[in-house]
Amino acid sequence: MNTFLTLLIAVAVCVPLGWVFRAGMQSVTSNAQKWRDMPLSVAWGYVLGAGILAWLAYTYYLAVTAERTPVDTYFFFRNAVHGFVIFAVAAWAFRLLGRHVGTEGTKKLFRSMPVTASFGILVILLYAIVSIFAGAIAPFGQEEVLANANVVPGGNPAVGGDPAYPLGTDQIGRDILSRLIYGAQNTVGIAFVTTLLAFFIGGSLGFLAATLQGTLDQVISRGVDVLMAIPALIFALLLMTIATVWANELGVNRTYFMVVIIAVIDSTRVFRLARAVGLNIVVMDYIEAAKLRGEGLGYLIFKEILPNATAPLLAEFGLRFCFVFLTIASLSFLGVGIQPPLADWGTMVKDLAQFINFAAFAPQVASAPLLAAGAIALLTVAVNFVVDWMLHKSSGLKE
Amino acid sequence: MAKSNETLLKVRGLKIEGRSDETWNQIVNGVDIDLNKGEVLGLIGESGAGKSTVGLASMGFTRDGCRISDGSVEFDGIDLVGASAAVKRGLLGKRIAYVAQSAAASFNPAHKLIDQHSEGPTQHRVMSKAESEKDGMELYRKLRLPDPDNIGFRYPHQVSGGQLQRAMTAMAMACRPDLIIFDEPTTALDVTTQIEVLASIREIVEEYDTAAIYITHDLAVVAQMADKIKVLLKGDEVEEADTRTMLSDPQKDYTKSLWAVRSFQRPQKPHVATDATPVISVQNVTAAYGVVPVLHDVSFDIHQGRTVAVVGESGSGKSTTARCITGLLPPKQGHIEFDGKAMPLDYRKRSKDQLRQAQMIYQMADTALNPRKSIGEIIGRPVEFYMGLKGAEKRRRVDELLEQIELEPSQYYNRLPSELSGGQKQRIGIARALAAEPKFIICDEVTSALDQLVAEGILKLLAKLQDELKLSYMFITHDLATVRSIADEVVVMKDGEVVEQGPKNDMFQPPHHPYTDLLLSSVPEMDPDWLTNLLNERGVDNIGDAAVGKMS
Amino acid sequence: MGSILRIIAQRLALGLLTLLIVSIVIFVSVNALPGDFAQAILGQGATPEAVEAFREDLGLNRPFLERYFTWLWDAVRLDFGTAFSQAQFAEFAGGAAGTGLGTVAEMLGPRFSNTMFLAGVTAVIAVPLSLMIGVLAALFRNSIFDRAANITTLTSISSPEFFLAYVLILLLAVMNPLLPSLSVINNDMSFSEALKVTLLPALTLTLVVTAHMMRMTRAAIINLLASPYIEMARLKGVSPMRVIVKHALPNALAPIINVIALNLAYLITGVVVIEVVFVYPGIGQLFVDAVKNRDIPVVQACCLIFAAAYILLNLTADIMSIISNPRLRHPK
Repeated sequence: MNTFLTLLIAVAVCVPLGWVFRAGMQSVTSNAQKWRDMPLSVAWGYVLGAGILAWLAYTYYLAVTAERTPVDTYFFFRNAVHGFVIFAVAAWAFRLLGRHVGTEGTKKLFRSMPVTASFGILVILLYAIVSIFAGAIAPFGQEEVLANANVVPGGNPAVGGDPAYPLGTDQIGRDILSRLIYGAQNTVGIAFVTTLLAFFIGGSLGFLAATLQGTLDQVISRGVDVLMAIPALIFALLLMTIATVWANELGVNRTYFMVVIIAVIDSTRVFRLARAVGLNIVVMDYIEAAKLRGEGLGYLIFKEILPNATAPLLAEFGLRFCFVFLTIASLSFLGVGIQPPLADWGTMVKDLAQFINFAAFAPQVASAPLLAAGAIALLTVAVNFVVDWMLHKSSGLKE
Repeated sequence: MAKSNETLLKVRGLKIEGRSDETWNQIVNGVDIDLNKGEVLGLIGESGAGKSTVGLASMGFTRDGCRISDGSVEFDGIDLVGASAAVKRGLLGKRIAYVAQSAAASFNPAHKLIDQHSEGPTQHRVMSKAESEKDGMELYRKLRLPDPDNIGFRYPHQVSGGQLQRAMTAMAMACRPDLIIFDEPTTALDVTTQIEVLASIREIVEEYDTAAIYITHDLAVVAQMADKIKVLLKGDEVEEADTRTMLSDPQKDYTKSLWAVRSFQRPQKPHVATDATPVISVQNVTAAYGVVPVLHDVSFDIHQGRTVAVVGESGSGKSTTARCITGLLPPKQGHIEFDGKAMPLDYRKRSKDQLRQAQMIYQMADTALNPRKSIGEIIGRPVEFYMGLKGAEKRRRVDELLEQIELEPSQYYNRLPSELSGGQKQRIGIARALAAEPKFIICDEVTSALDQLVAEGILKLLAKLQDELKLSYMFITHDLATVRSIADEVVVMKDGEVVEQGPKNDMFQPPHHPYTDLLLSSVPEMDPDWLTNLLNERGVDNIGDAAVGKMS
Repeated sequence: MGSILRIIAQRLALGLLTLLIVSIVIFVSVNALPGDFAQAILGQGATPEAVEAFREDLGLNRPFLERYFTWLWDAVRLDFGTAFSQAQFAEFAGGAAGTGLGTVAEMLGPRFSNTMFLAGVTAVIAVPLSLMIGVLAALFRNSIFDRAANITTLTSISSPEFFLAYVLILLLAVMNPLLPSLSVINNDMSFSEALKVTLLPALTLTLVVTAHMMRMTRAAIINLLASPYIEMARLKGVSPMRVIVKHALPNALAPIINVIALNLAYLITGVVVIEVVFVYPGIGQLFVDAVKNRDIPVVQACCLIFAAAYILLNLTADIMSIISNPRLRHPK
């Protein structure tokens, strides 16, 4: 309760400070329009923001100067700040690079790009490289059980680490770094394939429904309505229950079932979008002109509609990929997703989760499950940043 | 009109910048305005001339993404550029009011008209709510709204467009402002509705001796409304003079060319031989969208080398007739003959050659051209599809077509539609239709989305092509000026029926059907006395929708 | 008013129909198990007699349609049958299945109220918070605040729920022991105690839902503020506060209600993972356990409840936006 009260008082104190700040700026800039018309609430916001920044800076100062033994209290804060700064600088440098290297087209693209989007592209590239070359990068195999179990991450022998396993080993002695790297290949790869499949099913049906309309459209649309009335994750869990039994019966890896199930569930969302985009294009006069010319269905869909639907579909692909990726991770986390012993991040989080509770006295130990969960978050954040920029750009063009 | 010489609004060197792609570009390059009390200034120019931006800036207001970069706006001695937000708020609505282009979108859908009307007066503490409501009804009566005592208690969506526009004028009048900005108030309305709104706006502005800035692209409209006219072109001031001088003696070339647009007129062609087979014959066509009937027993012929203009207001069934001819909407009854032979009603059942013979040019060139295809592909496709030409032959034919529409082939072949201007896009639409080498082309409002100068160019091109290729046109339009310049024969439609048809010259001379008469008389002319004369001649109750109501 | 009632009645009927079809989908999916689920449950090792007896007990020998209608009719009366885990236990104990230790309905009851409590606490925090941030971000569009809010919410939307959950556990339970990391709830707890154990999962859900809700609110308000009637109100010299309250808000109601209902529906999915992380005794956790144990009656029941809640919330959103639309409320 005390913490809460302190916070409240701090927020309240910012109000008079805001007034003083605004009055000060007014007299310094001799009543410039910006400061004259500024409401007190906005001035308060500035002061509050400055206060939070100052507090962060102070905590960081503590974090770098404080004793790290016996317990490194600021371990997470320090690493979070470092990670943030490193990524921010890398993204900024990447954008700078993009502005000066490459074709005219890409240079122009990078010029209009916010740092968040260049961060996204950088991370996506990184993930792509890691997942494609996982076998070459990873120091150990993903299923390889090594001699030492439960080696602490960090590689510091003083607290139970081992430099051979920079991120430690898990409860049965598999190298966490290697499993993270292979996890990229498995989790990202499977999510990518699933999304492609969902797009193939949903996209083709959606455009067909939009172009032909009539009964076919009605039938598919009503079917999709019903499927969408069941929450996606719930439906996936229900079908996975059945799929698991089938997988055992047939001796097939249940991961294949998962790919199909999620692709079908997700294709309903793709169908809706593809149909809506298609309908918007179909009413255009150039489609009417092509119809009146006597063009066939194939020409209409592939030559007239599809080229105009790529931008929204690409953005949707990003969003759907995130959604599929998170669904797969959640299923694995719940224990019914990608089948072990394939390394995947959701399962890793589930297996390593109990280490969180050691954070108070051995912060390094607790970082293992967070690394796996963070790996998932980082990619989805990156994709979302890029999609957000794309959507912003395409909506900006319309205005 | 009583005019004082007291200056109300003084704008000097007004420069406005707009933001696009993160940079600021100047869109208004120094405009001066002087407006005396009770005076009406007409602000005209083509799209993109910065009329609305200037209009809003003279209220001290800029839209998001615009800013006043230089110059001064002085209203009755108050500097609006430097004034604080509170000072400006005190003036807006009370002493300066605004009438927007689309009344339907500018009324808040959640509140009754009268509540929105009385908001200004009560907020500015000019009147109490009850007083303001009573005054509102009085204004509604003056603006000749039907049922003035009760119409205010309706919601915006329950009132028609022309009535809303008058209600908005009443709302602007609520505080009896010194200045009203009219931003294209009649552009979205049909001609017969427009004339009513114009008459009531003019009357009320005169009655309360309000100064006004009337923004429009329509010269004939501004001639009725304004005491003086200022012409803008791409953010620059071209010239300014009082209305009569400006109309009779424009100084600058640009203004002269604007004025000259309306003078383009093709001579009437001789009558068609009575035994000639029409290229297209629409016979007793009745059609419906689902169960909603739209066309009743429509018949007319289009002969070779002739232009038939189909005229009518929105909802009269002009475009539906075109859809019946093309086969997109198979008629319930009747049939379409091509060169004397009946065509299948559904376009899907027509042969490739039948489809080729009838082509279409659309109103919105933006939606008529696939934005992802180059000009070469767009024109090349019908050449390849119908004529079977490929490679160099196809290229040669496309170049030929581009030359026919007066665009340099080497320059335009690889461009995308988005890299062309509105008029150029429309020309590409024409070339695509020509590529099929048709006998007959439907032109659906092809000039109504274009600025007048550009539109004139398109009309001249169409006329030239007709003479060269012996084409027949069905020309759908609501603009009688266009009819006058290009048509040979005219078909007047109303509520899905043909009201009257005949050669152009007969149509523009009495006697005609009362609806045709009304339609013709409602089109504003360049004569500043036109509206006054018309009102004297017919009386306020015999114009516009009121007159249409009497007919049915 | 007549037409609006008719539209609402139509929507209600449509909702019911959807629920009916969803129940069919659920039932059919479950019946797509190989062999039948008596075999699946008892495993390959069970004797044929045991399987046959089990089948008899569950009525699996009856025709498909009859089973469906029996199940549906029972479900309507909130009788979801007996959980397999319990039926199995009863059988081992020598008793007859179905008369054992308790029915699915009895298992679901308390868990359902726990889940509702969690969702309720989340909604109470998330709705006002996200509306406030959303409206502020829309009003101060493109400001530093807006951009910061945009980046933060995008990050929290993108993160998997369990990541947010573990970060919050790390911060608020382990590093600074303010709240318990496991949510043990029982009936004897006082409200404040229950609130304390629910707070951490509720906060996690709040992070996710707030982000969605805030972004949608912001988009709705920006869309609204761009409409000509808002510009008109400004040009009438109306104060900024009044523009918001009088002109924007009545029209924003429909989209905002829509946003809230949609996100409460989203909570349904979020609750599953969160309950597992915090071992919160709600329906979500029960569902996941049942899925792992292939406890078919429980899976069916949970699915139906989740789907019903989802449909109900979407229906509410639909109907509320119809009611708040002046064009429909005041027909011509």
